Amino acid sequence: MANEPSATQANGAGLARRLAVTLGVSGVILAAVLVLAPLVGSTRISLPAALAGQWPDAQIFYGVRWPRTILAALAGGALAISGALFQALLRDALATPYTLGVSSGASLGAVLAISFRWSSVAGVPAVWVSALIGAMLTLALVAGVAAEGRRMSSFTLLLAGVTINSIVMSIIMVLHNLASVGQSFAIVHWLMGGIEPLPATVLAMVAAVILPVSAVICWKAREWNLMAVGEEWASARGASPRRLMILGYVAGSVLTATVTSITGPIGFVGLIVPHALRLKTGADHRLLMPASFLAGAAFLVLCDTAARTLMSVEIPVSVVTALVGGPFFIALLRSRRKSLWL
Amino acid sequence: MTPLYALSGTGFSYGSSRVLSSVSLEMSLGSLVALTGPNGAGKSTLLGIMAGLRQPYEGSCLFRGREVSAWKRAPFARSVSFVPQSLRLEFPFTAEQVVFMGRTPYAGGLFESPDDIAAARRAMDLTDVAAFAHRDFRSLSGGERQRVVLASALAQQPEVLLLDEPTTFLDLEHQLSIYKLLRRLANEGLLVVSVTHDLNLAAAFSDRVIALKAGRVEADASPSDALSPASIRRIFAVDAEWLPRSSGKGWIAYGE
Repeated sequence: MANEPSATQANGAGLARRLAVTLGVSGVILAAVLVLAPLVGSTRISLPAALAGQWPDAQIFYGVRWPRTILAALAGGALAISGALFQALLRDALATPYTLGVSSGASLGAVLAISFRWSSVAGVPAVWVSALIGAMLTLALVAGVAAEGRRMSSFTLLLAGVTINSIVMSIIMVLHNLASVGQSFAIVHWLMGGIEPLPATVLAMVAAVILPVSAVICWKAREWNLMAVGEEWASARGASPRRLMILGYVAGSVLTATVTSITGPIGFVGLIVPHALRLKTGADHRLLMPASFLAGAAFLVLCDTAARTLMSVEIPVSVVTALVGGPFFIALLRSRRKSLWL
Repeated sequence: MTPLYALSGTGFSYGSSRVLSSVSLEMSLGSLVALTGPNGAGKSTLLGIMAGLRQPYEGSCLFRGREVSAWKRAPFARSVSFVPQSLRLEFPFTAEQVVFMGRTPYAGGLFESPDDIAAARRAMDLTDVAAFAHRDFRSLSGGERQRVVLASALAQQPEVLLLDEPTTFLDLEHQLSIYKLLRRLANEGLLVVSVTHDLNLAAAFSDRVIALKAGRVEADASPSDALSPASIRRIFAVDAEWLPRSSGKGWIAYGE
């Protein structure tokens, strides 16, 4: 029969091969981006000189651009994979990591820290700590509002998320209104989102959260396939939708909150990366999840490189993700699958 | 011998509105049961309780001697599969990927085993979906989708197949072919329970008709008894009669 070879291509051993190819290709692209992006910038540096430890190449490479590149990669990967996860959990192709209020919660925390001039907590910038706490509290509030007794459906979660998002955003508006000119500038700057070099220890802590959580999300890919179809569908196939909903919600929120508390909100990555990949790999989350992480990482590194090199002053990276990613995404959608727009 | 399903005093309420009350019946392997009744009679709810999808229910619903609510999901899904009335997808899964999801209760890891592939392929052969296995599920016709969903349920290699109005969106030819397949599966030893409004399909293919009305069992008998004119009048409040067909079988005509 004609379908036999291709039937094993999409599942079982054939799928394992496709996964290996997908990971290989996107891994090589990401590796190239990670090595090349730090070489570009206001001061040109050479890789051999940096590796040989020559001044100033090595100092710029290791001290400034490499940490920044790594943070961009971790943030991009985390945002893309949690975008794919929230889209599956909420069965909403337009869901993003921020749909359920993570970014508004983090923003409220950061804005509070700026407004009340908190500077640091145990050596860590207070803005980060406050943003993380704000994100977690908002998420807990959304989950609490969404829970109906012991149940929690994607519908109530979406409804609670969108509502609480707007409430929190208006509190931010009030605080912004009351702020001084200097604080107001700091608030707007934070809300625009941006990648800055971090000390290696902080970077290691961020990686220690993002990498294992992302691995768990990839490992549960077959369950996300079921949840992307429906809760009853998942239940009838031996899964526990409630446990998956909680696991996915917590995992996606931890990723997004960790990233957002440091970088501020960076839009579009979580929306367009999974969508672009779905056109290429299909909807199976066993391919989509790891590919989203790697491609999201490469995408945000490229956008951040553009953000710091395109003009004489640095532009916010979220502006680049929208300006570059948006049109690219529209072109991609229109060129493929005209009949099945979304 | 304990029956496969034993329900006693089973009931269900959505909030304060009671949709099913004190249903008591037993079902065994190797039969095709048609579940019918007017809208809102509780048919889908009863099916959902048996599928483990409506909880908490009142009374008792035993599967293989154990309360449905006490079963762990995965082993239960290896025995009991459920076909919803319709399925809408947000994402570009292919028909084949939807079928393969039926193998999740057997999952031993991230990838399908050769057993999984064999079971899925057999399910696709039975339902005749191989021709469009690689198409986006959302691009299929209603009838094709329903056959894919049925294939996904059969890929679970269940002993019980529960279907909620499986032929609602199908043309006449596919209605008949689905019921022929259900009949064959019942003959092979499965318990098949199908919710239907089509009394003639129920009469032609099932061994037993259970009719619900206002959340209670109104008739539970062979098709000819459960769907007698008097019984149809009592259940559906319409006049009906059995007309002879040239084949000698009967046909239920209703209305004026």
